[in-house]
Amino acid sequence: MMRKILVALALAGFAWAFLPLVFEAGVIGEPGQLASSYLENSPKDFAAANVVTAIVVSYRGFDTLGEVAVLFAATAGVGSLLTKKRLGIAGEKIPMQNATEVLRTATRLLTGLLIMFGAYIFMHGHLTPGGGFQGGVVIATAVLLSLLSSPESHVAHGLMTAVESLSGASYVGLGLLGAFLAWGFLDPRALPLGRIGALLSAGAIPFIYSAIGLKVGAELSGILEALKGDRE
Amino acid sequence: MIVDLAIAALGLFMAGAGIGAIKTKSILVSIILSGGVSLAASVVFLLMGAPDVAMTEAAIGSALTTVVFLYALARSRQADSETSDMPIDNPAKDSTIPPVDSSLGQTETGAAS
Repeated sequence: MMRKILVALALAGFAWAFLPLVFEAGVIGEPGQLASSYLENSPKDFAAANVVTAIVVSYRGFDTLGEVAVLFAATAGVGSLLTKKRLGIAGEKIPMQNATEVLRTATRLLTGLLIMFGAYIFMHGHLTPGGGFQGGVVIATAVLLSLLSSPESHVAHGLMTAVESLSGASYVGLGLLGAFLAWGFLDPRALPLGRIGALLSAGAIPFIYSAIGLKVGAELSGILEALKGDRE
Repeated sequence: MIVDLAIAALGLFMAGAGIGAIKTKSILVSIILSGGVSLAASVVFLLMGAPDVAMTEAAIGSALTTVVFLYALARSRQADSETSDMPIDNPAKDSTIPPVDSSLGQTETGAAS
C-alpha cells in the first residue's frame, strides 16, 4: 500500500514537471540566438545545405567522434561477451529453422536496394536530412535481412573488421588534416568547399560522414551477428 | 491546426501503447508495442520539423532495437530450456502453460522476420 502511494506520488511529480512542456510543444516560430547564428553562419562557413549536418560534423564534431567511440566500445563488449564459449554452448550446433520462401525472395530483392539507399543517405548527409548514423543503420538492416533469410550464413568477419578500422582511421585522419590545413581538429575546410548544394561540396563533411556511415554499418552488423549466438 | 491534432493523436497512441506494453502478459507483445511507440515518436519528430531525428528514431528505435530485443528474447528462452528443467520465474508465462521447449526460440526468431 505504502509502495503504491509512493509510486503515485512520483508519477504526479513527473506529471507536474512535464506539464508546462505540453503547452510549449510544437513548431517554434522564431529560432533563438544560438540557432539563428548557426542558420546564418553554416552556409557561409562550410557551404553545407543541411545545417544539422554542419552542426553535427563541424561545430560539434568532437562530440560525434566521442559518440562513434562509444558505439565502438559497445560493439567490442557485445562481441566479446556473446561468443559460443561464453554462452556455454561451445562445439554444439544450434538447430536453425529455415526461412520462408517469401522472406528469402524479398531479401534477394531488397538487400541491394537497402545498401544503396544507406550509401545514398550518408553520401548526401550534407545536402538532405540524414547522415552517417542513419545510413549505417539502414545498411545494418540489409545485413539483418540476409542473416534472417539464411540463418546458417555468417557476416564476413575480416571484411567487416577491415571496413570498420579503415573508416575509423580515415575519420581521425580527416580530422587531423583539418588541424594542419585549416583552423583546428575536425575542421572540414581542409578540402575545397565548392558550390553549395553540389555533391562534392562542404569540404571534408561528405567524406567524414561516409566514413561514419561505413563504420556504424559494420559495427551494427557485428552486433546483430553476435546476437545470433553462433559466433565461435 | 491539423498538425497539432495529429501530434496530439500520436501522443495519445504513444501513451496507450506504452501502458499496454507494461500491462500485457506477453513479452513479445510488449516488445512490438514499444517498437510502435518509437514509430509514432518518429512521425511526431517529422511533424515538428526534425527529419534528421525522425530518421534516427525510425531506424534505431523502431527497427533495430525491436530486433535486438526479439533476438535477446529468443536467446534467453533457448538458454533457459537448455540449462534447467526447473520452472522459470518468467512474467511472460502463466503457470498453466507447459515449460518452453527448445523449438520456441527459433519460432521467435522467425517472428522477427
